[in-house]
Amino acid sequence: MEFLQQVINGLALGSVYALIAIGYTMVYGIIGLINFAHGDIYMMGAFFGFFAASKFNLPFIPTLAIGMICAAVLGVAIEKIAYKPLRNSPKLSLLITAIGMSLLLENGSRLDFIFGPDYRTYPSNLLPSQIIKIGALRLDSLHLIIILISILLAALLQIIVFRTKVGKAMRATSFDKDAAALMGINIDNIISITFAIGSALAGAAGVLVGILYSRIDPYMGIMPGLKAFIAAVLGGIGIIPGAVLGGIIMGIAETFTKVYISSKLSDAIAFAILIVILLIKPSGLLGKKSNVKV
Amino acid sequence: MIKKKIALAITLAMTLGIFSGCGTGSGGSSSDEIDIGVVTPLTGSVAAFGKSARNGLDLLQTEINDKGGINGKKVKFIYGDDENKPASAVNVAQKLINDDKVVAIVGPLTSTCANSVAPILEQDKIPMVTGTGTNPKITQAGDYIFRTCFIDPFQGTVIAKFASGDLKAKTAAILYDNGNDYSKGLADNFQKSFEKAGGKILDSETYNTNDQDFNAQLTKIKNENPDVLLAPDYYSTVGMIAKQARAQGIKSTFLGGDGWDSSDLFTVGGDAVNGAYFTDHYSSKDTSKEVTTFIDSFKKKYKSTPDSMAALNYDAGKVLVQSIQKAGKTDGESIKNALKSYSGTVVSGKITFDKDRNAIKAAVIINVKNNDFDFVKKVQP
Repeated sequence: MEFLQQVINGLALGSVYALIAIGYTMVYGIIGLINFAHGDIYMMGAFFGFFAASKFNLPFIPTLAIGMICAAVLGVAIEKIAYKPLRNSPKLSLLITAIGMSLLLENGSRLDFIFGPDYRTYPSNLLPSQIIKIGALRLDSLHLIIILISILLAALLQIIVFRTKVGKAMRATSFDKDAAALMGINIDNIISITFAIGSALAGAAGVLVGILYSRIDPYMGIMPGLKAFIAAVLGGIGIIPGAVLGGIIMGIAETFTKVYISSKLSDAIAFAILIVILLIKPSGLLGKKSNVKV
Repeated sequence: MIKKKIALAITLAMTLGIFSGCGTGSGGSSSDEIDIGVVTPLTGSVAAFGKSARNGLDLLQTEINDKGGINGKKVKFIYGDDENKPASAVNVAQKLINDDKVVAIVGPLTSTCANSVAPILEQDKIPMVTGTGTNPKITQAGDYIFRTCFIDPFQGTVIAKFASGDLKAKTAAILYDNGNDYSKGLADNFQKSFEKAGGKILDSETYNTNDQDFNAQLTKIKNENPDVLLAPDYYSTVGMIAKQARAQGIKSTFLGGDGWDSSDLFTVGGDAVNGAYFTDHYSSKDTSKEVTTFIDSFKKKYKSTPDSMAALNYDAGKVLVQSIQKAGKTDGESIKNALKSYSGTVVSGKITFDKDRNAIKAAVIINVKNNDFDFVKKVQP
């Protein structure tokens, strides 16, 4: 019974990592950039949702929607300002810019006239937590909601990517950017859409985490961002189902480490996984070995 | 060419920006005022503590200066925000000493920050009086380091004896922050005392600072079904622990230390924290003369009841100010000697220092009930 309970704990945690990891993997697939500012978009989504809920007293769905939309807008803005001018520069410049953007978001939102450095507490009436009893299992309804919403969003994403024209364009662009441009696909738009979708998912994760744990602060995106990045690499960077799989594995691994090994190692296990996967199968669990084309 | 010029101009502007951080502090005690530094977490995970501390000290500053200051000179508290991060605490302390030339420092408030700052102040021979750092290691840094509160070994024993004697608990579980000196120290001391009193620790789990998800550890604890669960951390974290524990169906009574004392406990923890017991330095329901006078002045100025952090920092400031007054001089050595021989009664009780420069004081047990703090009893050392 305890084992099953821990699996649920791990799945809920893993769903959050999965939502953030999808954003990392999509952006890498399209422009080959590891967007280190992505963890902070998750944080901003949480704050946008917080203001929607507390200042305007919006219920759950509108709060989630606002968190997602504002995060998407922010993601697209960041892309246009910081990454687009460097599209033809060496990957290193992009990476450094991404790190700089991450620091800017964290420390900028600490300023008093933006969010302020203190943590905020989400209003507790957004999604009342109910205890669902199945036999001896006690499940927090919030955990189930998070898992369900993550599955829903990931499924929605799969439909967009594989069943719509926009999705086809996205897949074409990630396969070969220049050839896609030659075929008449508007690369700028596709890249913006990719950032928008990835950021919206991260924003959703932020709002869900804010509701579950109540407490949000400007630095909350650092650790989850890192772990989601590891999740994306674990599943195969550039492959969306890989990000979801990686996220779930990370969540369960972290939970089980806390329980069966030692709670002191819960963060360390994430980085250990990164090292192991890079040594054994660097293309990730679902990745294919790719030879560098001449 | 234009782009290069713009880039050069921006670089120059940013370089100049670096120098804006350089100190513009005026000298400490050569003018007609005495500057005392305060290292406290005005922002960060325990910002409510720092704000209470500042309220207490501002009140003290007004009271002292209205009565003529220290030997005729006005006292000024200069605040530095350590964000409850040891590295920031060190930076802030050094700025206070080197730029603002303070004669002494009140704080740091949290044990982790106090531990990192104490060796530096000892080396620079600047007296340090922490009103709230309870980890025993703090005063071991040297002769110039004092504390006007009790230490965690005492606090741990008080909680353990209360749990086993009053609450008749036979089994306990502990969930503490492994990276926090205060949390770890208090957890260790509780374990030792509880086991000595005949109790059994069923499970002891840890988490990392800034963790927000305790479900894995709590599921494990739930299966052991202990009588009491000790969460020796600050209000911002224990609120979340209490909430998640109750959501999982843990029925144990919660226990805590002085880190629980803040009205923000209810903002974070909601109803889950009601029914808990924690040790503290003072209770606002105490009826002694010092407490009621302090509460009245505080309420008049701030329209709210002072919590422990406000009272303790007020006390630490008062002890320091009275010692400087007695010393007559503002050099570190004289203040230190005056502190050593200090004896007086402040809000949180009578203060005298033992040979390790720790105050010998009583603790109170607080019961969290109906979103308020009820006084249960006082325990003498």
